[in-house]
Amino acid sequence: MATWTWFHRLASPPHVYAFAQRWTKWFGGAAALAMLVALYGGLVMAPPDYQQKDAFRMVYIHAPAAWLSLMIYTTMAVAAAVGLIWRMKVAHAAAAACAPVGAWFTVVALGTGMLWGKPMWGAYWVWDPRLTSELILLFLYLGYMGLRAGIEDPVKADKASAVLAVVGVVNVPIIKYSVEWWNSLHQTPTVMQMGKPKMDGDMLWPLLLMFVAFALYFVAVLLTRLRAELLRRERNASWIREVLA
Amino acid sequence: MRTSALTAAWLVAMRDLRLAFRKPSQLLQPLMFFMIVATLFPLSLTPEMSRLRDAAPGVLWVGALLSSLLALEFLFREDAMDGTLEQFALSGQSLTWMLFAKTCTHWLITGVPLALIAPVAAAALGVPGEAMPGVVASLALGSFALSLVGAVGAGLTLGARRGGVLLSLLTLPLAVPILIFGARATELAITGGNLAPPLYLLGAIAVLGVTLAPLAAAAAVRIGLE
Repeated sequence: MATWTWFHRLASPPHVYAFAQRWTKWFGGAAALAMLVALYGGLVMAPPDYQQKDAFRMVYIHAPAAWLSLMIYTTMAVAAAVGLIWRMKVAHAAAAACAPVGAWFTVVALGTGMLWGKPMWGAYWVWDPRLTSELILLFLYLGYMGLRAGIEDPVKADKASAVLAVVGVVNVPIIKYSVEWWNSLHQTPTVMQMGKPKMDGDMLWPLLLMFVAFALYFVAVLLTRLRAELLRRERNASWIREVLA
Repeated sequence: MRTSALTAAWLVAMRDLRLAFRKPSQLLQPLMFFMIVATLFPLSLTPEMSRLRDAAPGVLWVGALLSSLLALEFLFREDAMDGTLEQFALSGQSLTWMLFAKTCTHWLITGVPLALIAPVAAAALGVPGEAMPGVVASLALGSFALSLVGAVGAGLTLGARRGGVLLSLLTLPLAVPILIFGARATELAITGGNLAPPLYLLGAIAVLGVTLAPLAAAAAVRIGLE
């Protein structure tokens, strides 16, 4: 029984609100600290790449943003599924809070990918499988947010967008593999094959630390957005008055 | 005596077929749209047959995708407005089976005719005659998968304002694998390659769609009716 109490507490908006209020600054602070160290490690300490020179340093923003974009989509789908299965209002609020953050990480991954592509491939955009599937992921996020905005009744919007998130997560691997397969047939010779990067330890640790920093930052933003979501949804509940008093 | 789920599904399919043939203009609209799209490409690209032939798989598939989106509008909307879907949901029968029947019927009256007239558009784009069976097969199988994916999207947008634009925003990313494998199969049919592998993959997507899409569509429609 005891193992389930934390789960039940997660279903209570006042409890989650208080939790979010308490922990946002810790996650935010840890993220800022990790980001500063990782930036120093990546931009100053790591040696330049023998082939790409200093341009490779784009990886410290690009790769973590791309990882986060996928991780947030999964988080959103899990939260949506929890909301559908256990009819948990907080889970729906969390899924709603995830979507814009995930969409922005996708935009950052695409933007930095394009800036990186210009010196490396000679063009801002090539139909590289990773760029393409990232672009489709952005469309999935936009569809999710569009559906949410398009349905006026909040309960219906929660459930409908949750079904979409779950359907989307089944589709993401299929899209990923189909795009890779499509590209291997039409591969243009100008695209540089990146392959599996054998990274030097001095280059690798800032990247991993930056990933941790981005993840912590995501949690901090998620908790903040979740509080706003809960305030909006529970605006008529009595606990709000006590919290804001 | 209680009607079985399969009988109920059969009755729904028959009803939809009868309704469709009473309103033939609704059946013709997506087909006309497809033919017009296929006509616009030579006008905007080039009248040269050899270049059109290279573009043909893309033209045929983008046209099919857009016309299937247009046709999806009819899938649930009218039945939702006049309360038929509500009666389905209240009937005590499996909504999943009934929506699966509706989706299959929708494919029969939109996807199959589209695959059958596609050779006309394909011939106009310079596709040789021996490629036509491949063109028809890939479009028939692909449009079935599109109907299944689209049923989920159409169910989800039932409760939404501006459903049409939203429907395309939801459905198109999910349709990317179908587009890739379908266009690839058509391309291989035109160039005389072995089109079995992409067709098998399309079939795999369709099987996955048959398994999961009616469940998701039923959940979506129930939410829309609440």
